[in-house]
Amino acid sequence: MDGVGLEAYLIVGAILFGCGFACLLVKRNAIAILMGVELLLNGANLNFLAFARFTSLGLDGQVIGLFVIVLAAAEAAVALAIALNFYNNHLSIDVDSAKELKD
Amino acid sequence: MAKPPIKGWTGLAPGIGVKGRLVSLSTVLAAQTLYDVFKELPVPFWGPLGSLGAFFAAAGLHAALLIALFGILPLFYIWLERKVSARIQDRLGPTRVGGRFGWLQTLADGIKLIQKEDLAPDVADRWLFGIAPFLAVAASFTALVAIPFADGWVAAQSNCGLFLVLAILSLEVIGIILAGYSSGSKWALFGAMREAAQMVSYEIPLALSALIPVVVVGSLDFADLVAAQQGPFWNWLFFRDPFTCLSFFIFFTAATASVKRAPFDLAEAESELVAGFHTEYSGLRWSFFFLAEYASMFTVSALAVLLYFGGWSTGLNLEPISVAGTGFTVEGYLLNLIGCVVFIVKACVLVTVQMWVRWTLPRLRIDQVMTTCLKYLVPISCVLLFAAALWPLMLLKVLNRTQLFPRSTVAAVIPNEVLTPEPKLNVITIDPRQLAPTPESEGPQ
Amino acid sequence: MTITQILFGVFAGLACVSAIAVVLVDNVVRMAFWLVMALGAMAGLFLLLHADFLAASQLLIYAGGTVVILIFGVMLTATGPFASLKSSAGQTVPGLSVSGLLIAMLVSTIAAVPWTGLGKAVGRSPASLDQGVMRQGDLAAAMADSDETREAVMAVTDNWQNRVEVGRSTAPLGLALMGLRPDRDLIAGNKPSTLSPGYLLPFEIISIHLLVVLVAAGYLARAKRPRATEEVHIVTAGSSVTPKEHRIDAATSESADG
Repeated sequence: MDGVGLEAYLIVGAILFGCGFACLLVKRNAIAILMGVELLLNGANLNFLAFARFTSLGLDGQVIGLFVIVLAAAEAAVALAIALNFYNNHLSIDVDSAKELKD
Repeated sequence: MAKPPIKGWTGLAPGIGVKGRLVSLSTVLAAQTLYDVFKELPVPFWGPLGSLGAFFAAAGLHAALLIALFGILPLFYIWLERKVSARIQDRLGPTRVGGRFGWLQTLADGIKLIQKEDLAPDVADRWLFGIAPFLAVAASFTALVAIPFADGWVAAQSNCGLFLVLAILSLEVIGIILAGYSSGSKWALFGAMREAAQMVSYEIPLALSALIPVVVVGSLDFADLVAAQQGPFWNWLFFRDPFTCLSFFIFFTAATASVKRAPFDLAEAESELVAGFHTEYSGLRWSFFFLAEYASMFTVSALAVLLYFGGWSTGLNLEPISVAGTGFTVEGYLLNLIGCVVFIVKACVLVTVQMWVRWTLPRLRIDQVMTTCLKYLVPISCVLLFAAALWPLMLLKVLNRTQLFPRSTVAAVIPNEVLTPEPKLNVITIDPRQLAPTPESEGPQ
Repeated sequence: MTITQILFGVFAGLACVSAIAVVLVDNVVRMAFWLVMALGAMAGLFLLLHADFLAASQLLIYAGGTVVILIFGVMLTATGPFASLKSSAGQTVPGLSVSGLLIAMLVSTIAAVPWTGLGKAVGRSPASLDQGVMRQGDLAAAMADSDETREAVMAVTDNWQNRVEVGRSTAPLGLALMGLRPDRDLIAGNKPSTLSPGYLLPFEIISIHLLVVLVAAGYLARAKRPRATEEVHIVTAGSSVTPKEHRIDAATSESADG
């Protein structure tokens, strides 16, 4: 269809997913990790929409994509509130400093 | 806007072969989009452009037209702001540059700004500092893409044009926040934080109040929104029922705040923050922020016109003229031209109101700004939305019709209202031109 | 080269480059900038996938809302100008290699699966999709009885599904959230015995969820509670009057006066 197939979109989605995953693993800043989660969700969302366009999934894919966007916004709000609370307690948003339960 | 491509014109070129020049002319005239025109029109010494060439030619022409508007309107508005402020303060304003009224004052300002040195503080994050003004300008320019200037005169027709414009407008704030953060200055940082808090809050009443006309008409598409308001000016949504009327004021207040105009210009409050987020900027980069601000003023005013004041509709009930013919008609084209001028003039009037408000009211404090939004505008717009949804039901019970004043209609435009006896909640307008297939859903229109 | 291919190349390239930049950049605000670029390019890809409404939602909610809030969070929690937390090589190298392997695995899987088997269930050629596309008023067209609109009636039944295909999916999307599926049930020649399920319940659940999140985020992010109660405690211990007692005093004195 128009010369761009399903695979191309899936590969872009996979790369975004991988980058988001890398953010989760590599970053120490809590807000940077949140950004990684956003990338991760976007990669997944692109898959939903690509399948909605190219297969018989149709509108259902778009509805699920909408739910993902809304839930991601909610997740960002709560996670940011947690990060702010964390900053209030530790004066840092380095996630490595959260080890009180371990010690 | 979809119009049957050939139907209206086959009658005019009878007996001439498909390859004939007249047929090609007729397809060009009947084309719905610039893309179709360029696909059919042979360029001298080149031949037909093909689909790819036609795409780029159409996209380039659309972009050039919008950039012209994007450049000229702020030039005019900055001159207008000087004049309006001067009149309100009992002064004359610019009188020297370019004749009696100082027409060329903005151009002189621009030349001055270009000559200035492009400074950046030592502690600034220079890369972000450099790129931030472009982000703001790009967002405020892109918002023009989905705004229709007349029937079918839109760069990108979208099924959810209103939502798209609001979404793109909300991106402008990112350029401003990045500018404030990357300046490495406390004033700029405070300005950016205020802007972030203000924008995120004011988007809620802005979207909620914009939703009220959408609920009344039943579409996010500007073409449908304006089609529902055509005819005499009391068809405009502003005059339709008390709730759309009130929601205009909420919308306009929130829009003024979202383009950070006084009395909501806390992000650049010079009495507290030197100049807010653009404290450290100079020269051309500084002027880009103002280009973006004035262009956004036009965009939100254009949105208000499209939502509440009939868009390009003249309010004189001229539309039946254009409905008569399908395809290209000279009357339809002239009406579009008049509509385009009417639309821009309406938007300019609202921009002037914004200036009037700016030079009349004192600036609010930041806590007052947030209180206005969260304690007043959001609840009021929620109540209005609820009431606007219930209003037709109430009228149906009391008056046995869904509108306060029966809508004066043109039978050719709205056959279903005449034909169907049962009252409808949403006025669905049928335009015969819309019944034809849209040939290119992806190309620019 | 078609237009779609060129636009796809531009948006996909921008999305991938920005996503990689998000991983490699250390400064959080620069990360946010690249995230905005990636999200904007994704919105462009959504438009190419004929999901206009999703693209606008993406721009409004993600790029205009979430990222602004994230940058706001960075500003609230910054310990110094342009602070960046550098990860040690011991974290970076395994992390990057694991995610690189993940990408390689996903891409090889995508390449290995024959996606053509997942073609459209309803047999319609792409050429027929552009036929009979209308905007608002399709159903009203069916009611009109002039000849021209009568012709469109047959197209109307198939229209709802076509709208999804060609990017006019806002109305079907809204109806699906209200529990109606005209794109499933209004197919020409197809008489379903039961109507397809919509998404009314998920929509309600997500509304409640958003409300809960709103309250929770507001509660979590407010100023610390323990310190405030401690202060009140100290004040009462120091035999001064708390606001509540003061009010009671005023009330009693008033009644005494009366």
